[in-house]
Amino acid sequence: MSTSSSLPFEDFREDVSKAYPSKVGKKRMKSMIQATPGGPSEIQANVRTVPGIISQRGCTYAGCKGVVLGPTRDIVNITHGPIGCGFYSWLTRRNQTRPETPESENFMTYCFSTDMQDEHIVFGGETRLKEAIQEAYDLFHPKAIAVFSTCPVGLIGDDVHAVAREMKAKFGDCNVFGFSCEGYKGVSQSAGHHIANNQIFKHVVGTEDEAPEGEFRVNLLGEYNIGGDAFEIEELFEACGITLVSTFSGNSTVSHFARAHHADLNLVMCHRSINYLAEMLETKYGIPWMKVNFIGAAATAKALRKVGEYFGDEALKARIESVVAAKLTETEEYAATVRGRTQGKTVMLFVGGSRAHHYQELFKELGMKTIAAGYEFGHRDDYEGRKVIPDIAVDADTRNIEELKVEKDPDLYRERKTPEELETLKAKGLEIADYEGMIPDMDPEAFVIDDVSHYELEKLMEHYKPDLICAGIKEKYAVQKWGVPLKQLHNYDYGGPYAAFGGARNFYEEIDRMVGSKLWDMVTPPWMKPLEPRPVEIL
Amino acid sequence: MLLRHTSVDVAERNALTVNPAKTCQPIGAMYAALGIHGCLPHSHGSQGCCSYHRSTLTRHYKEPVMAATSSFTEGASVFGGQANLLKSIETIFSVYKPEVIAVHSTCLSETIGDDLNQIVQKARDDGKVPEGKKVIFASTPSYVGSHVTGYANMVQGIIRGLVERHAEPTGKLNIIPGWCEPADMAEIKRIALAMGADVTMFPDTSNVMNAPMTGKHEFYPRGGTTIEELSRAGDAAYTIGLGPFTAGPGTEMMDKNFSTPHSIQDLPYGLAATDRYIMALKRVTGGDVPEELNTERGRLLDMMTDMHQYLHGKRVALFGDPDLLIPLTEFLRDLDMRPVQVVTGTPGKAFARRMKELFEGRNAQINVKNGQGADLFLLHQWMKNEPVDLLIGNSYGKYMARDEDTSFLRMGFPILDRVGHSYFPYVGYTGALRLLEKILGLFMDRQDRDSPEERFELAM
Repeated sequence: MSTSSSLPFEDFREDVSKAYPSKVGKKRMKSMIQATPGGPSEIQANVRTVPGIISQRGCTYAGCKGVVLGPTRDIVNITHGPIGCGFYSWLTRRNQTRPETPESENFMTYCFSTDMQDEHIVFGGETRLKEAIQEAYDLFHPKAIAVFSTCPVGLIGDDVHAVAREMKAKFGDCNVFGFSCEGYKGVSQSAGHHIANNQIFKHVVGTEDEAPEGEFRVNLLGEYNIGGDAFEIEELFEACGITLVSTFSGNSTVSHFARAHHADLNLVMCHRSINYLAEMLETKYGIPWMKVNFIGAAATAKALRKVGEYFGDEALKARIESVVAAKLTETEEYAATVRGRTQGKTVMLFVGGSRAHHYQELFKELGMKTIAAGYEFGHRDDYEGRKVIPDIAVDADTRNIEELKVEKDPDLYRERKTPEELETLKAKGLEIADYEGMIPDMDPEAFVIDDVSHYELEKLMEHYKPDLICAGIKEKYAVQKWGVPLKQLHNYDYGGPYAAFGGARNFYEEIDRMVGSKLWDMVTPPWMKPLEPRPVEIL
Repeated sequence: MLLRHTSVDVAERNALTVNPAKTCQPIGAMYAALGIHGCLPHSHGSQGCCSYHRSTLTRHYKEPVMAATSSFTEGASVFGGQANLLKSIETIFSVYKPEVIAVHSTCLSETIGDDLNQIVQKARDDGKVPEGKKVIFASTPSYVGSHVTGYANMVQGIIRGLVERHAEPTGKLNIIPGWCEPADMAEIKRIALAMGADVTMFPDTSNVMNAPMTGKHEFYPRGGTTIEELSRAGDAAYTIGLGPFTAGPGTEMMDKNFSTPHSIQDLPYGLAATDRYIMALKRVTGGDVPEELNTERGRLLDMMTDMHQYLHGKRVALFGDPDLLIPLTEFLRDLDMRPVQVVTGTPGKAFARRMKELFEGRNAQINVKNGQGADLFLLHQWMKNEPVDLLIGNSYGKYMARDEDTSFLRMGFPILDRVGHSYFPYVGYTGALRLLEKILGLFMDRQDRDSPEERFELAM
């Protein structure tokens, strides 16, 4: 995009909003801003999508069962509802996992459902659910069984929590818990993340006493191991001598969660989906949290150094420096070889609740320019930083989601750092209990659009035709019909990993392939191109 | 092992479905609606339903799948979804400008009792439906039937909403294809045209779900049955429905509503089912079967006879949807293969009856189960007890196939990990030829991989 000659932001915003019924247009205007400092900085986010708009968003069930609980391999996740919800969330998120042995439990390849029929809708589904839980227990004897409510369950009033309590008491050796994550709650997947955080915190965290050994113990929060990202980070931690107690929830087990309270620092990757858990772990157990980003080579080095700074141990810092020295230069050298082909290319990112921010790092390393970005289910704090949280009006959709009342645990609370120590660390640039959001990292000219509609996406293509778009499966093939490559940043187009140093290299290669291909130039057949002025002999 | 917890012992299950061989109604309704030109499917429920259906269809077709949603919130779920649907209709006609909106319900809107007929009528009364534009609907509760039922229900929604009867008969033939791929629909139509029929086919997803790359995204691709064509379908001379489960109810509705005589055939997978389809066409057109179809049939039979030694006695497990499984099992039977395990999550007594009929008077051992309790967990257990040479089903079968080291042919819905199904048909004689080629390729590749060196064959 050449920003100088193309449609100015205000005109674009006016233009697209005119296509909607006037009230809808006015509402959509508030979800589109420019990243200009000093300009209108407040973006409307985490509000209802207008019915009839083709949105990227999914539902609360997807956020709860699919995103947060999906990657834990030894829980039998039973979807309580008609068959569809369980079916569509079956193996479709690419959460990789590595069971310890060939015999270790791994239920991630399975789909469990109560497959509710009309008689259960009429007469209630609790008996069916109990029976299904019993059958799952008899067949698999798992450590944990989780129950996920779908839309009709909430409406007919099945008490999944009472059923879970009853079955847990009956079994004695299996943790059974439920999630009221009906699809209609909230305005997007985001509500489901919150519900998942709450129940995992209530039913699992802190239930195992055995403390993992290690001097520098951390939890990694909001890393779901899509395409093996968590494996990259695990390797990196190991090389640095950092002990990973638990990841929420990539490559995880129930026991990992149960021991999470033994960590001394929580590292938050996806702020949107997991900040609730970070806050609750701090309040109850005294574990501080810090926002980090392992997407991008420089960002990875920065994140590791922050961990070193937090623990303040010279040996750890030295070890981190040696790892960084070995990996960063090598990765940067590779980026330099690619940059000749990617420099100056433009990209738009409309995805998720953190990736639209994190991946801008990788594009910067390739010399590419992010001209527009937005989240599918982010909140204002993910755009503008946590400083705006007190100003966010709490609407009915948010009020419907339970806020757990968490207090200091009388036995397990342990202060890791004094408030003064934390202040000192903050002064050194560590985002302790903080996240500055996406907008401060963006070019002032760039567009920020929340919950972009399909119509708006097509208009962006028409006016600014970027060299690459990052979004999801529902957008991919529509964008590519326009002759613009689309990189999926939910499932990585079945590639990855893209986290940490090795992942960054993979990503550079991938983007080099995508923006460098001549395939896209083959759209116009020769007979539709102007004829070359060359005499042709006709026999 | 990918499915390491699947035991050999089969225990009775009553309430727990493990690895389903079906999904829910609305996705079938969405797919059927995409076969109408200029139609935007609309999901009346939570956002997640629409998102899941669009994602699954997109992964299967590698094509844009445009559809809107009523975006229910907790409030709508308590007070009813009328306001959401009215708002949707207004927004959709304003922004996306379709010819038709095809609304389907979900378990959510059905449970709260939203009456689509009444809401759509209100939208018309309130002037939210522009002149000449249509809103059609189908009730598709996810807790009844399966995706197969949803397709059948939307076909009936199309008939109720778009088909009319006028004074002038057209003399045309209606063809209602059951759930099959866009390439299959095109092939079904090609065969009917070759037979000299003047055809209206609906739905028709060809040139919608296999649209070309042209440098521009056509929001409403060129394919699909037009509303003009549909409005005259009630004046046709005859209706042939292909697929008793997915096309049967709509075909009968055409007869009931418009007195159009009809016949219901299997989808033409394999030689015998294609023969029956052509006989049905011949009865309607009265004409001769053209040489091109005779040649295609002859080629298929040629390959069947030439390669019989590689097929005879091979044991096959199948899962999928009834309208595919019935004629496919018949074809395998006719090839002297041994379909031994057949599973579909779709309920219906007719399925078991048809499967039984296929093997009447033959000495065949076959395990068949459909509806409740018929899932891939059970099929996998059967396979562990009595191993098979070939598994046929959708992409979810790949986990079982790898664990059991069984040859695997992807057929059905959804296919998430291979391409081709949207471009190359499996129906008709040429489609059966392709199917046969694929099956033979699997067996022969395996023989090449596994045979001892001294028995490695150049010519096969």
